[in-house]
Amino acid sequence: MTKGKIVGLEGSFAVAEAVRMANADVISAYPITPQTHIVERLAEMVADGELDAEFICVESEHSAMSACVGASAAGARVFTCSAGQGLELMHEVLYIPSSMRLPVVAVVANRALSAPLSVWCDHSDAMAIRDIGWIQMFAENNQQAFDLTVCAYRVAEDKEVLFPAMVHLDGFYLSHVIEDMVMPDEEEVVGFIPEYEHPFVLDPDRPVSMGCYGPPFIYSETKKAQEVAFENTKSKILETWKEFGDVFGRHYSPVEKYRMEDARIALLTMGSSGETAMLAVEELREEGKDVGLISLRLWRPFPFKEFRDAVKDVELLVVLDRAISSGMGGPVCSEVKSALYDKRKDLNIVGFIGGLGGRDIPVKGFKYMVNRALEKVKAIERGEEIETEMIGIRE
Amino acid sequence: MGGEKLGWKDLEIGAVVTEPGSASAYKTGDWRSERPVRENEKCIKCGICYIYCPEACIHEDEEGYFESDLYYCKGCGICAHECPRDVIKMVEEVEE
Ligand code: SF4
Ligand code: SF4
Repeated sequence: MTKGKIVGLEGSFAVAEAVRMANADVISAYPITPQTHIVERLAEMVADGELDAEFICVESEHSAMSACVGASAAGARVFTCSAGQGLELMHEVLYIPSSMRLPVVAVVANRALSAPLSVWCDHSDAMAIRDIGWIQMFAENNQQAFDLTVCAYRVAEDKEVLFPAMVHLDGFYLSHVIEDMVMPDEEEVVGFIPEYEHPFVLDPDRPVSMGCYGPPFIYSETKKAQEVAFENTKSKILETWKEFGDVFGRHYSPVEKYRMEDARIALLTMGSSGETAMLAVEELREEGKDVGLISLRLWRPFPFKEFRDAVKDVELLVVLDRAISSGMGGPVCSEVKSALYDKRKDLNIVGFIGGLGGRDIPVKGFKYMVNRALEKVKAIERGEEIETEMIGIRE
Repeated sequence: MGGEKLGWKDLEIGAVVTEPGSASAYKTGDWRSERPVRENEKCIKCGICYIYCPEACIHEDEEGYFESDLYYCKGCGICAHECPRDVIKMVEEVEE
């Protein structure tokens, strides 16, 4: 049961439509490729009176996030979007809404980081902000970019959550690609996102101080409180996705599985490459390899339980990282290893880095990873050290 | 001082402080390693020290002279630096 009307829409416009239906009060963003279409579309909506919001033009992403923090502190429903270097320029301010518990919603059109200058997709920007305390969700297609943006408002603004939330859609692969998707009825989206009221807002009649100075005697207590609250957001995310599924007929889970029922080998991806990986899974199955696919929909808070469950019968996990943690390998691979440490000594985990700076990973790239990983398992069994391999590199 | 006994569960969401003016509970005088000492005979009561003090801890007394509240004076020496008549000397605090 999927309600709504089928439309062909670019990923950026799908996100803008979700923000319009969420009826954001304040939008502040600075254009940067490949996110620009989102903010341009929203600016147009505000100018044309389709969205009754305050659009704050700023001189940088640092200011955009600062404006969102201020507006959110005043009780507004806010939105911003960025990518790559823009997200990095925002970096300092990203810590403020998570520690001040302000439910800012942001969409990032994932982009590589300079140098060399690249406007194309990878996950370097997303990975560089993974320790900040934002809820991070990854979309695989434009439908998900829309749906997850709607869900982001409902989750972030929940009284038991009150954390900022970020939806990642891959730059160009989704932001600039027109796909068909189901556009739900506006009333249903409006009904899904309740009126928002923060328990503490800047109000002269009820003065509060936000973002105070935290000397050593209290800083650790504030971080403990923040961390406990952040870990507790997962149950609300699950609840929201469940209710979203009940209303709209599309169901999301923190760890999406494809042909995993009898899989002994699992590929792990995030974002748009999941759909290409599915084709590779089909072809590998035809070759008699029992491969399945795991996509991390929720990156933060990390879905430990769901992830461990997803790989419980797997003997080989092949992880694709579209980012480098310099001197450490791939960030996703490092994290899934630590999530499984002491739980699964029998599971071989082989990491690859690929798809950097907009380099496509075709179906044969995923097949290569699986076949190469099987070779590496033999090396592991011989007691050899294996290194993270960057795929598709010319010698 | 307020807050030192608070546990993490006592904190409001986002560590918001709901009591207005509670910053005065924090005695910045604890930071001081030098204190301002005045020779009021030279003072022309211009109030420059009062204006420049970043802690706003200088008060005017009944005779129009100025004095620092040592609970809050953090010993930065700005008043001494700005005084046009060299009234204020910064004197090292000694442990008793
Ligand atoms: S030393 Fe600094 S804090 Fe103390 S009274 Fe002078 S200006 Fe104010
Ligand atoms: S600045 Fe010096 S002269 Fe002026 S009021 Fe203060 S102590 Fe007196």
